[in-house]
Amino acid sequence: MPLIDPDKAQAQYDVIVVGSGAAGGQTAYTCALEGAKVLMLEAGRNYDPVKETPMFQTNGDAPLRGTSTPDKPFGFHDATIDGGWQVPGEPYTSASSEPERQFWWWRARMLGGRTNHWGRISLRNGQYDFKPRSRDGLGFDWPLNYEDVAPYYDKVEMLIGVYGDNRGLENTPDSPAGCLQPPPAFRAAERFGQHHGKKLGLPVVPIHRAVLTQKQDPDVLPAKIHPGNPRAQRLLADAMRARQACFWATPCGRGCSIKANYQSTTVHLPPALASGNLDLISDAMVREVTVGPDGRATGVVFIDRRTGKERTVKGKVVVLAASSGETVRILLNSKSARFPQGLANSSGLVGKYIMDTVGASLGGQIPAMESLPLHNEDGAGGNHAYVPWWLYKEQLAGKLGFARGYHIEFGGGRQMPGYGTGAGMENITRGSYGRKFKEDARRYYGSFMWFAGRGEMIPNEESFCDLDPVVKDKWGIPVLRFHWKWSEHETRQAAHMQRTFADWITAMGGKPRSQPQADGAKAIEPGGKIIHEVGGAIMGSDPRKSVTNQWCQTWDVKNLFLTDGAPFCSNADKNPTLTIMALAWRASDYLLAGLKKGEL
Amino acid sequence: MNPVSDAMDRRTMIKWVMAASAATAAGSQFSWAAAPAAPVKGYGTDPDLLKKYAAGDCWPLTFTAAEKATAAVLCDTIIPADDKGPSASSVKVPEFIDEWVSAPYPNHDRDRKLISEGLAWLEAESQRRFQNDFASLVLRQRNAICDDICHLPDAKPELRQAARFFARFRDLCASGYYTTPAGMKDIGYVGNVALEKFEGPPPEVLKKLGLA
Ligand SMILES: Cc1cc2nc3c(=O)[nH]c(=O)nc-3n(C[C@H](O)[C@H](O)[C@H](O)COP(=O)(O)OP(=O)(O)OC[C@H]3O[C@@H](n4cnc5c(N)ncnc54)[C@H](O)[C@@H]3O)c2cc1C
Ligand code: SF4
Repeated sequence: MPLIDPDKAQAQYDVIVVGSGAAGGQTAYTCALEGAKVLMLEAGRNYDPVKETPMFQTNGDAPLRGTSTPDKPFGFHDATIDGGWQVPGEPYTSASSEPERQFWWWRARMLGGRTNHWGRISLRNGQYDFKPRSRDGLGFDWPLNYEDVAPYYDKVEMLIGVYGDNRGLENTPDSPAGCLQPPPAFRAAERFGQHHGKKLGLPVVPIHRAVLTQKQDPDVLPAKIHPGNPRAQRLLADAMRARQACFWATPCGRGCSIKANYQSTTVHLPPALASGNLDLISDAMVREVTVGPDGRATGVVFIDRRTGKERTVKGKVVVLAASSGETVRILLNSKSARFPQGLANSSGLVGKYIMDTVGASLGGQIPAMESLPLHNEDGAGGNHAYVPWWLYKEQLAGKLGFARGYHIEFGGGRQMPGYGTGAGMENITRGSYGRKFKEDARRYYGSFMWFAGRGEMIPNEESFCDLDPVVKDKWGIPVLRFHWKWSEHETRQAAHMQRTFADWITAMGGKPRSQPQADGAKAIEPGGKIIHEVGGAIMGSDPRKSVTNQWCQTWDVKNLFLTDGAPFCSNADKNPTLTIMALAWRASDYLLAGLKKGEL
Repeated sequence: MNPVSDAMDRRTMIKWVMAASAATAAGSQFSWAAAPAAPVKGYGTDPDLLKKYAAGDCWPLTFTAAEKATAAVLCDTIIPADDKGPSASSVKVPEFIDEWVSAPYPNHDRDRKLISEGLAWLEAESQRRFQNDFASLVLRQRNAICDDICHLPDAKPELRQAARFFARFRDLCASGYYTTPAGMKDIGYVGNVALEKFEGPPPEVLKKLGLA
């Protein structure tokens, strides 16, 4: 990716964007294509998926058969660089030593951030999801409706390319015609699960993922995405022509050198750079937002990681999109005489109400899937099917004992062998070895299925982050300290997940690999583990009770916007990234209008 | 994300964080620091992903000559050649196990101990029962030893540790073998090739699953 040297930065930009992931990518894309001069600062190194993606490498090509290590926690070939649960030299702390009160913070220091290795599951929030408090009295309503966000969901889906289809299910919005790419055929395990899930009332439907199952139409989509802006249409059409359709091989978590899936680095940044309106500096660790005597943001201070030098850049508008946790950290570290508790924090709510997704899982062995005739099941490098939440009515009637829903991601079959293939089968093989073991391996490989629940967490007073009073990172910047607690709404939901999976596995004639936990506190994954980090600077309609308005604009500093997950005031079971991008686009339109009118 | 193939076993992760925290927690009574991780010299957080790696490329291998010999025979006892695929040692699985037990990451030293002691036990047991080294035993004799330790729940109390070693060794052997081109073919993985279309399972699969 063509970057500029910090010395080449212009004296003043219209918009400074901090972070280059889903949020920063979308913000910079929208602003640059609509003509604003943008500077993007990214803490990580430059990264080019076209050149760097190990597409057809096998696990046997990697050290330790590609398994997870502390250096590469999701496996050797995974597209995470200088990241994981720990980032060298950039610690975070926990206020409690109790394991169940830890928050696990996943970060990546690379151009494109987590969008290089994310799961690409892209679900719209539904009507209920923006008004949860009105429905059940818990948490917060958003200061906007589904209808406000829908046009932006449409545009994001068309821009990044999302496969899936419309089923008219409750609180699971359909997309208008022309937004979605065709869904891929279900794999054997997905069809088998669908068939037997019916007995339990589980609607197994095509999942939505940001993968092109066919080439985008450069003659139709750009005009819908950028009406009245021929230059943007032309740039986007070129970018769409440079993307290929999925060729049904290679795991998406490694990234995609043919640009068939969404990464900020292959989808947002190339047309934004081609516009000539975007300057991009990597290895730029932003420490704080600078503020002028009038209380407006004037720019940011960053540390050049290569030289350790501090630099200041100036912009009319500052957008933080560094991932919600980092955005909170930057705000809290932007202290001044005027803003002693950090920037945009007159409500005292910066850092409050952080959320993750509830996660619990279970595996099973399915005899019907043993020794199936060989066929290629790679598919689109991730799930083709899922189960949206199906018990809205029972839940509203108070029958479940927890207030919010979850969806199920599941799969199985003959995926590319890796570390662990053929391992851990003693309980079904009774310890075979030799020729018998080889027969057993062929028989059972492909007969295992896994099920993972992804559920809504309700924001609570005990889950928040603040600055650690002691610990600093290697540049001397104070680090985040996390406080975490699940409520019973989440733990009971996790127990319900495992029970459902066990029932489903049994309905398929299979055997769960372990007993479902009756105690949800034992079933639930630790906070942060699902990596759907949102909240910490919630939006609202009252400046005393929220940090931003519905436009992701901070109440206290008019020209400061937060376009990542930080303004989320609930975290629906729907994976958050599509909503992050839709809201970032919406906020960008608003700030561009403000710039045009000279209000910002 | 796919929790089976993508995510590390949860307990392993918790261990790492615990270990990392212990190193820094002394700094503050109230901050329970979850980082920085103790520096391990592995391949680092930004290795060359395009390169094909061989055992020994990232850190030195540590099996002794005797361990190598025993490991090779045990590998082939677990995964011998048959009409579907070659033996484990012929596709360098022992080298992978050596790479594994020599790795600088947490918990590999535990495997190193288990495997080294297990291989030594196997030699001692061969001598005790058949007055010969493991590599020189005939198949029947090798099987006589392995039958006693191949399934932990059936192992006699005094053989439990040997059974634990065998289970771990078999897992590593399988991981090493089925990730090679020959092993992937053997187990019936036919993917990792670009396709024009993806049509889902063929009719014979649907029929077998009762879905046709
Ligand atoms: C394995 C995995 C699977 C996932 N699967 C899904 C999924 O299927 N669906 C879904 O919706 N979501 C998924 N997610 C979550 C998704 O990746 C995030 O929601 C999304 O990337 C958030 O975008 P972001 O721009 O806020 O943050 P990021 O993508 O993390 O980007 C933030 C960027 O800001 C940079 N930065 C941070 N601090 C600073 C600083 N001080 N100065 C300058 N730059 C800074 C970072 O280096 C990073 O590049 C997954 C995440 C992971 C890790
Ligand atoms: S499965 Fe398709 S989209 Fe995913 S990495 Fe491979 S080619 Fe790209």
